[in-house]
Amino acid sequence: MADPATRLNQIRSEAEAAIAAAKGTAELEQARVRYLGRKAELTRILRSIGELPAEQRGPVGKGANAVRQVLEALLAGRESALEGAELDAALLADPLDITLPGDPARPGGEMHLITQTRREMEEIFLGLGFTVLEGPEVEFDYYNFTALNIPAHHPARLSQDSLYFDDQVVLRTHTSPMQVRAMEAQEPPIYIVVPGRVYRRDVTDATHVPMFHQLEGLAIDTDMTLADLRGVLLEFVRAMFGTERSIRLRAGYFPFTEPSVEVDVSCFACSATGVLADGRRCNVCKGTTWIEIAGAGMVDPNVLGFVAGNGYDPERVQGFAFGFGIDRIAMLKHGIPDLRLFFSGDLRFLGQFGSGA
Amino acid sequence: MRVSFSWLRAYCDPELNAQQVADLLTGSGTELERIEQIGVPEAEGFVIGKVLSVDPHPDADRLRVCSVDTGDGARTIVCGAPNVAAGQMVAVALPGAVMPDGTKLGEAKLRGIRSAGMILSEHELGIGEEHDGIMVLADERPAGAPLSDVFAIGDQVIEVEVNPNRPDCMSVYGVARELHALTGAPLAEDPTGPDAEPSGEGRVEDHVSVEIADPEICLRFTARAFENVQIGPSPPWLKQRLTAAGQRPISNVVDITNYVMLLAGQPLHAFDLDLVAGSRIVVRRAADGERMTTLDGVERTLDPGMALICDGEQPSGIAGVMGGQVSEVDQQTTRVLIEAATWVGPNVLRTSKRLGLRSEASARFERQLHPALAIAAQRLAARLMVELCGARLVPGTIDAYPAALPERTATLRLERMTRLLGSEISSADAVAILTRLGFDPSESAGVVEVVVPPWRDGDVRRETDLIEEVARIHGLDRLPATLPARRNAVGRRPRDQRLRAAAEDAIRGRGLSETISYSFTSQANLDRLRIAEEPLRIANPLGEEQAVMRPTLLTGLLDALAANITRGETDIALFEAARVFAPGTTPAPIADASPGGARAATERMTLGAVLTVAEPGTWRSARRAADFYAARALVEAVLGIYGVEASFAPPQPGARPYLHPARSAVLTHGPRGPEVGWAGELHPLVLRAWDLDGPSGERPVTGFELDLDQLADACPATPTYAAISDFPAVRQDIAVVVAEEVTAENVLAAVRGGGGDLLETVELFDLFRGEQVGAGKKSLALALEFRAPDRTLTDDEVVARREAIATALGEIGGALRA
Ligand SMILES: [Zn+2]
Repeated sequence: MADPATRLNQIRSEAEAAIAAAKGTAELEQARVRYLGRKAELTRILRSIGELPAEQRGPVGKGANAVRQVLEALLAGRESALEGAELDAALLADPLDITLPGDPARPGGEMHLITQTRREMEEIFLGLGFTVLEGPEVEFDYYNFTALNIPAHHPARLSQDSLYFDDQVVLRTHTSPMQVRAMEAQEPPIYIVVPGRVYRRDVTDATHVPMFHQLEGLAIDTDMTLADLRGVLLEFVRAMFGTERSIRLRAGYFPFTEPSVEVDVSCFACSATGVLADGRRCNVCKGTTWIEIAGAGMVDPNVLGFVAGNGYDPERVQGFAFGFGIDRIAMLKHGIPDLRLFFSGDLRFLGQFGSGA
Repeated sequence: MRVSFSWLRAYCDPELNAQQVADLLTGSGTELERIEQIGVPEAEGFVIGKVLSVDPHPDADRLRVCSVDTGDGARTIVCGAPNVAAGQMVAVALPGAVMPDGTKLGEAKLRGIRSAGMILSEHELGIGEEHDGIMVLADERPAGAPLSDVFAIGDQVIEVEVNPNRPDCMSVYGVARELHALTGAPLAEDPTGPDAEPSGEGRVEDHVSVEIADPEICLRFTARAFENVQIGPSPPWLKQRLTAAGQRPISNVVDITNYVMLLAGQPLHAFDLDLVAGSRIVVRRAADGERMTTLDGVERTLDPGMALICDGEQPSGIAGVMGGQVSEVDQQTTRVLIEAATWVGPNVLRTSKRLGLRSEASARFERQLHPALAIAAQRLAARLMVELCGARLVPGTIDAYPAALPERTATLRLERMTRLLGSEISSADAVAILTRLGFDPSESAGVVEVVVPPWRDGDVRRETDLIEEVARIHGLDRLPATLPARRNAVGRRPRDQRLRAAAEDAIRGRGLSETISYSFTSQANLDRLRIAEEPLRIANPLGEEQAVMRPTLLTGLLDALAANITRGETDIALFEAARVFAPGTTPAPIADASPGGARAATERMTLGAVLTVAEPGTWRSARRAADFYAARALVEAVLGIYGVEASFAPPQPGARPYLHPARSAVLTHGPRGPEVGWAGELHPLVLRAWDLDGPSGERPVTGFELDLDQLADACPATPTYAAISDFPAVRQDIAVVVAEEVTAENVLAAVRGGGGDLLETVELFDLFRGEQVGAGKKSLALALEFRAPDRTLTDDEVVARREAIATALGEIGGALRA
């Protein structure tokens, strides 16, 4: 028998070679049994330490234990490597067709473009300090006309233009009646916007429908000015149509405002040049560089007079009102050629405009 | 209104082009619609010619060879007009001239003879319809003078939209006054100022009498008589102005009435006095059902709201709207009565709308003319009658003006104007603007007193009206952009709107697309839904399709669903959030008094949906058609957002007849609370009515409606914290066998009753029918969780609760399955 120290070295190199050569966990197990098993030489050596002469016991025991620890560590390392490789091989044996489409999400529904536009407009005015109110659609003649300074024989009151139920009840022809309802309910200062459906007795075509949507605004305080109206509308159009937009005020006529103004926004489709990139005349502003976007004005003292008892003395408070067509803004922004599309319920139309975010 | 630019410049010429003028007018409230080029594009090459001689063409019977002096010697022009004659002054286009249609005139050879120009007809110059004859001019200007000296052969028409409060802008002179105010360019003298000299014998009263039977319909009626009237064509300049304004020249007398209307804004009517029966004019209301034929040949049926002008026998015109075919001026006329009246604007508007008959006259009268204009227009008309028709103005004017309007004054505080506009306009500027507009202002210590001119009497009465006048002429676009102080302005969206938006977003997230449909529908649609309740009916609907306010969103949703199916879609899920309507319960308020916030009808904000699909099929999963549970799941999602629990019960027989009687539920807030909606399948008869039932009913349509107003009211204001127990829960699954007719709700109620406070949750996770359970029975698998807030439960406690549950189930004929 060779010198035990030499033999330990031999065992160690043999075992190291066997562990490195193992091609799988099974071969590795064989190597483990051969070199560290119950019948392994190293095991025998360790078991028979006591039979050695006393001076050899220490060094041989130490050496044998060291070899065993080295081999155990090698085995553990090699084992986890082999296991990982074998697992990967097993996993790869059962591949997916990863080119198939992803799990189909339940498709979300569509938000109507009018709702998108209305919410966007509401948000801008919320940011400007306006509260969003809604009002009845079946409205008293008093709120729809009388208290808005539209007297009994005014053209706007003709039955040919509005849908009515009896001589005192109409389908509101604008969102303006909420001006009076709101002022009856709340003392000044007041800042509101009122979106909603309005109705006209119009024969339906591409630019006329009997029902459409407006957004009304009203702001009253002791010192509200026409210049303030201009500022608020400018903020709105810049938020809605882009920061480079400007507005133009023209004199207008509405029974419930004085002075009355028509509000134009500089054309966003042609950047107010009147001409499109391909040289054609801009079809949004018709080449004029301006788009009519709202009617507005300072609330007529006669209107305030109807609610003077609730703090709206026209000598003490003043303010402005404005009205936008929601459908019109949606049409302009998205190039929609025919108002009737909004009310068609056609999924091919509804699905074109995303979520509006 | 169509405004001839050359005519406008005759009264105010700011030396701007038509577009610049239109822009100024647009900014100050008279909005441009379009600018149109009429007549010839360039005046060059159009001259006055004198026909020296006319000879027959050797080779053409219908052509003449004319020698025409065009100022540069005689030239040969071949002409086809039968009326050409030596000595005539004619309109000539020289070679190189560009005709109104854009063609450039060359020298042409006509049957072998070279023609160095063209003698023009009115038609070729666009001022008349005379094709055959050439235009013969008055001998006022020499041969060779530009034709544009005679009339505006090239012009632009500025077409503007005039606001309803501006009768004055329905006239060329009124628009000229605006232009004067805007630019400061001089304004020519008012053409209605000077009058004609009456001459000869007699008085107007000898020729005609006027009776106003009802002063309420006629504020003023004036009439003048003319004798020796020579009917003939109007001169070219007048024809050109009428044509530019869109009026067809007829004869000098008729053209004068139209010319005065266009220039001064007051419509006139000319009668052949010899045809006025009884030499008598009566202004009265129409009898109910009375008929007359208007100038356009249409027979009209009238009502007592309409005013008539009649002669001794019959109506001759509908006041302010249109004349009739009696006592019309024609070629034989020699005696003329010109009438200028002031009608009641709203009355004219009503009449014109009722009859569906709009005219140039009604467009002016409906804006309410001032009575002063009637007599002013008579002056202008009289001058033209004398000048253009050689007529003799009979002395005197019939003038029925029972209640003369007083002169009106108004006051403007400059400080108030600055406070309203947010920008200062100097007192000098304000006074200058008001002066140019004709308000005759005087300023002292910041207060401007004005006299309102008659043409602005209707719309300028108060300080705020004066502020508008100053601001719009000064330039609204010169105002600064500022932001208000925003005291107490905290932008808020009320809770019902926030909840509604969350509900819409939630069901959209579950695959439903939003539609918007009309709030009205047809009675036929309500019949299809088998709804018997009387809906809110529109008194004057445009058609049967829009005659009633819908009491349910189903009308629009089913229409949209059916339309999409027709287009080939199969998997459809639609929703709408909108009001539904029912007749109101509030008594009608007193007219012209505030209803004090009352509602005129019952309106409920409703969320409604229809769907044919619960889960669309994919490559991973099969399609699931819509059924009751799909609808119920959506409803539960919405109820979850509102934090409201609702009870589901079968619809009462006869109630909600559009629902499938066995596969739908009515929702109540609490077991006996108010109804808040429904969910489930629609009745097969409803589906059939919308053609939605396949041959074997394989296309179920389910849906729901929820009353969002009620849900918002029921929504707990502020949820409060409930303590979370740290002690462990005990989970147990049980299987309960019950008879088919026992509902899941019955079982859950029994389990909750038996489980008591310690039973924290019960969830149904399986439903089983089969042999093991027995015929007519079903097995419900439930997951129970017991928990105490303050301790760990013992086995004994749980066993006791389980036994109590078994007992409770026994009471409804149920048993726990091992
Ligand atoms: Zn543009």
